[in-house]
Amino acid sequence: MSPRFISWLLMAPGLLWLTALMIVPCLLIFVLIFFERGTYGGIDWSAATLENLTRAFDQLYFSIFLDSARIALIATVIALLIGYPAAYAIMKAPERWQTSLLFLAILPFWTNYLIRTYAWIVLLNPVGVINNVLTYVGVISQPLPLLYNEFAIILGLVYNYTPFVILAIYSALQRLDPSYAEASRDLGATAVSTFIRITLPLTTAGVVAGAVFVFVLSIGNFVTPDLLGGGKLQMIGNLIYDQFLTARDWPFGATLSGLLIALMMIALFLQAVASGQARGEHA
Amino acid sequence: MPRVLNIHLGATFAFLYTPIAVLIVLSFNKAGLPTAWSGFSIEWYGKLASNPKILNAAWNSVIVATISTLIATVLGTLLALGVERAKPSPARDALLFAPMIVPDIVLAIALLSFFTLIKFTLGLHSIILAHVVFNIAFVCAVVRARLKGFDWSLAEVSRDLGAGHLVTFRKITLPLILPSVVAAALLAFTLSIDEFIIAYFTAGAGQASTTLPMQIYSMIRFGVTPEINAMASIVMLVSFALVLLAQRLNHGRLPGA
Repeated sequence: MSPRFISWLLMAPGLLWLTALMIVPCLLIFVLIFFERGTYGGIDWSAATLENLTRAFDQLYFSIFLDSARIALIATVIALLIGYPAAYAIMKAPERWQTSLLFLAILPFWTNYLIRTYAWIVLLNPVGVINNVLTYVGVISQPLPLLYNEFAIILGLVYNYTPFVILAIYSALQRLDPSYAEASRDLGATAVSTFIRITLPLTTAGVVAGAVFVFVLSIGNFVTPDLLGGGKLQMIGNLIYDQFLTARDWPFGATLSGLLIALMMIALFLQAVASGQARGEHA
Repeated sequence: MPRVLNIHLGATFAFLYTPIAVLIVLSFNKAGLPTAWSGFSIEWYGKLASNPKILNAAWNSVIVATISTLIATVLGTLLALGVERAKPSPARDALLFAPMIVPDIVLAIALLSFFTLIKFTLGLHSIILAHVVFNIAFVCAVVRARLKGFDWSLAEVSRDLGAGHLVTFRKITLPLILPSVVAAALLAFTLSIDEFIIAYFTAGAGQASTTLPMQIYSMIRFGVTPEINAMASIVMLVSFALVLLAQRLNHGRLPGA
C-alpha cells in the first residue's frame, strides 16, 4: 500500500461524515433559497423564485442584519480591548504561572453556554444581585434597567467570547520573537512606541483570529439575544429561529442562513489573508 | 506598566468568575426566590435529584455525549493521522475548521432541513449524528496539534525492523498519542453534553429526546426556579473537572475552540 493511499484511507471516514452531514446540508440551504414555502409549511418545489433574496434585503429584515452586525462589532471591539491586555499580562507573568493563568482564562469558555448566560439574568434583573447591592449601598433608589436591552446582549457576548480572544492573542504573543522588542528598546524607543510599532503589528494574526471568531459567533448568535435581550431585540439568529420554528417559512429562514454563511466565508478569507501576511513578515 | 497590566488581568478574572461564583453561592440559598440570600440550605439539590424530567434529560445527554464522543474520537484521530501524512491542502483545512466556526443555528437548520428532506426520523440518534460533526473537527484539531511535534522516526524504525503498519500503529504511534486522544475525547464529551441549539433542532418533538441543555433552556425561558442554580452548579463543576483532567493529560495544553 502506498503512503498516499493509506493517508486517504485514514481520512475517508471523517471526511465523508463531514461531507454528508455538513457540506450537503449547507448546500441544501443554498438550494432552498430559490423556492417558496408550501401552503402547510414545508417546501413548494413546483416553481423557482428569487423572492426570498429580494425579501431578505427588504428594509425590515435588512435593518435586523445591520443591527446584528453593529452589536457583533461592538462586542468584538470590547472583547479585544479586554482580551489583548489580559493576554499581554499573562505573557509577562513569571513563566511557571503562565500555563495556569491561561487555563484559568479559558476555563469558563468550557462551561455550558446557557448557564453562563443565565448567570447574567441573575445578576442584572431588577431584583437581581447588582441592583440589590447598589440599592443596599445607597447608590440608587430605583433599580437600573440592566436586563433585556442591547447593553445586556453585548455584555453577554463579551463575557462568553473574551476567553477565546485571550487565547488567540496569547498564542500570537508567544510566537513573537522577544528580540524584536528588545532591539527596539535598545535603540531608544519607549515601551509604548515599541508596543505600537513592533508588538501590535506582529500579533495582527492573533487579533484577527480572535476578532473573526467573536464577530462570526456573535452575529449568528441565538441564545444571548433570546435570553438577555428578552425577545424585544431581534438579531439574525432569532429571525432564523422564528422562520423555522414559528413562521414555518423554511426557504426564507434558509435565505437568511445562506447570507450568514456568506458572511462567515468572507470573515474566514480575511483571516487567511491576515495569517498569510503574518507568516510572510516573519520569514 | 506591569502593575496596570496585572490589575487589568485581575479585573478580567473577576469579570469571568463573579457570575459563576454568584450562581454557586445562590444554589445553597434557602429562599424560593433565586436572587436574594436568606440562609444556607441544600434543599434545591434534593429537589433536583427527585425531578424525573431533569434526571431523564441528564441521562439522554450522557447517552448522546458518550456515543458521539466515541464515534468522533475514532474518526477524528484517524483523520488527524491521515492529514499529517497527506500533502497540505488549504481547502481540506478549511473544511476541518468550518464546523468550529459555523454559527450553531445555521448548522442546526441545515441538518433539520436535510433530515426532513430525506425523511429521516428525528430523535436521540439524529442528535448523535449531528454532534459527531463538530466533535470530529475538534478531536482532529487536538490530535493534529500533538502530531505536529511527533517524532515520526520512531514509527519508521519500527517499520524498518519489519513491523507492519497496524503493529507499528498499535505498539508505537497509539501509545505515544494516547494522552492527547483521551484529552480530545474528554473535551468532545464536554462540548456535546453542553450543546443546545443543534440538539434542539435535530431532536424532534417530545420529552423522549430532550437533553439536559434543552431542559435547562425551557426552565430558564418559562419560569426561573431555584433548582436551576443547583443544576447549573453541578453542570459547571462536571465541566470543570473534565476539562482539568483533559488539560493534565494533554501536557498542560488546552485548545480553545
